[in-house]
Amino acid sequence: MSESSAPEVVRVEALRVVYGSKIAIDDINISFKRSNITAIIGPSGCGKSTLLRSINRMNDLIPAASVSGRVYFNGVDIYSKDVDPVYIRSRIGMVFQRPNPFPFSIFDNVAFGLRVNGFKLTKDELYNKVKDALVKAALWDEVKDRLDNHAYSLSGGQQQRLCIARALAVDPEVLLLDEPTVSLDPISTARIESLLRSIKDEYTIIIVTHNMLQAARVSDYTAVMMPDDDMVGRIIEFGETRGIFTNPRDKRTEDYISGRIG
Amino acid sequence: MTATIQHEALRKAIQRKRIQDRFFHITFLSATFVSTISLIVIYVTLGLESFNFFAHVSIVEFLTSTKWTVLFADKNFGVLPLLNATVMTSLIAIAVAGPLGVMIALFLSEYVSSTTRSVVKPVVETLAGIPTVVYGYFALYFITPNLLRTLWTNIQIHNALAVGLMIGILIIPIVASISDDAMKAVPADLRLAAYAVGSRKSDVALRVVFPAALSGVSASIILAFARAMGETMIAAIAGGFRSVLTFNIGEAMETMTAYIAQVATGDAPHGTIEYQSLFAVGLFLLLITAVLNYIGIKVVKRWAIRY
Repeated sequence: MSESSAPEVVRVEALRVVYGSKIAIDDINISFKRSNITAIIGPSGCGKSTLLRSINRMNDLIPAASVSGRVYFNGVDIYSKDVDPVYIRSRIGMVFQRPNPFPFSIFDNVAFGLRVNGFKLTKDELYNKVKDALVKAALWDEVKDRLDNHAYSLSGGQQQRLCIARALAVDPEVLLLDEPTVSLDPISTARIESLLRSIKDEYTIIIVTHNMLQAARVSDYTAVMMPDDDMVGRIIEFGETRGIFTNPRDKRTEDYISGRIG
Repeated sequence: MTATIQHEALRKAIQRKRIQDRFFHITFLSATFVSTISLIVIYVTLGLESFNFFAHVSIVEFLTSTKWTVLFADKNFGVLPLLNATVMTSLIAIAVAGPLGVMIALFLSEYVSSTTRSVVKPVVETLAGIPTVVYGYFALYFITPNLLRTLWTNIQIHNALAVGLMIGILIIPIVASISDDAMKAVPADLRLAAYAVGSRKSDVALRVVFPAALSGVSASIILAFARAMGETMIAAIAGGFRSVLTFNIGEAMETMTAYIAQVATGDAPHGTIEYQSLFAVGLFLLLITAVLNYIGIKVVKRWAIRY
């Protein structure tokens, strides 16, 4: 269910990201609403992940990357000088393509963000926050008796849900997911999609995927990105997911979702 | 006609290649053989001479007596004073090289660009390439009189502290280099994951990279400790040849290696107990370092993380 009246949490204006001398994405204008899942779809190399990484300033970690334009988070430009990227990243969580749990116990993985953010928590408070995150990530029932086990003892799908729990534990407002199920089997994928739907009311969720069916299944809004003739990624269409899939306005969108390109 | 000629040429070429292949196989095998054989010869030689030594001296006395007076008329054969000196100096060395080496590794792997790293790392590694005799007289003629004497006025001119400090500098590259390699092997996406939940660089370094690289760091410490135990020149020059059991690091001490150097450069005649004692001490040191290396490998395997 899309809620068009929901507040806008992230707004991107005239965003351009350049790697070295190559323009990766340009002229990106899009906004993301609370309690909605927005999918960003498009073929490989169209700049989907680049767009995602500019929303929590992960592009800062790539030395050659430079960002221009504006990204507002609750009305504040996250690229303005007085904004600390570390603060932004603790408010805007991220899940990556491949499960990347730390080589620690299940508990320590989820507690990691709480510890580095310096929250003063009692043992019980810490435990409860870890539990809440694992419940939201639909992993609690499977791991509640073995929180001290090594994270690598979990299956790939469980590890990815652990990574979601790790991101949720610090209580972010926005959750960015960069092709989170690309390395998982269909059953694990379905579990993650259903958990995303179950938590979406509390968050602003943005998911990058090149699986169009996944976008159709989970998202309320869909943005379609496509590289232009110079291989610069642009958003060619954005709107409610149903509309994009049933009545695409752009010919390229139609070709892409019907499998003719991509 | 041509087909036959070509066939013949090919047959010869294959034959030549075959001989070449065998030649290199044997060459490489011999090279490997030389190093393996050397190890065996060393163990056998040390073992045989030690056997003669232990025909005169009981192993119990060797391992438990607290006096080592082999070069005196009244002979005692307790290795403990030598072992103590070796362990004390090596512990001091590790106390210096462990923290410094790990900090250098964290700095190189997490804080500098790969260009800076490619310049700084070889410079650090140069420390291990300085002839140890230089370290030895630097400890004796600079560290002790100028540095240690100002803080600790009645420290002996030959002392274990200066030896340990100097060996510590020598083995920094072992800790730094191996730890840095282990840290660099920590997958980049673990760092990204840490940044994505709001980590700062120091959190990433200390809470993710360091624990993830712990098996490699431990290995570097154990290997560096084994190297410290084997260091000879610094101990011989700056440690003094005083085989007395003491825990005062301000006093002269004789390590196992220094004892071997002292006797081997002296005039202990072949076949005497002084001569044989060299091999017994050498074998003992070799066994300790072998055990240490074995433990090191076990530790690494037990803690190893398969990403």
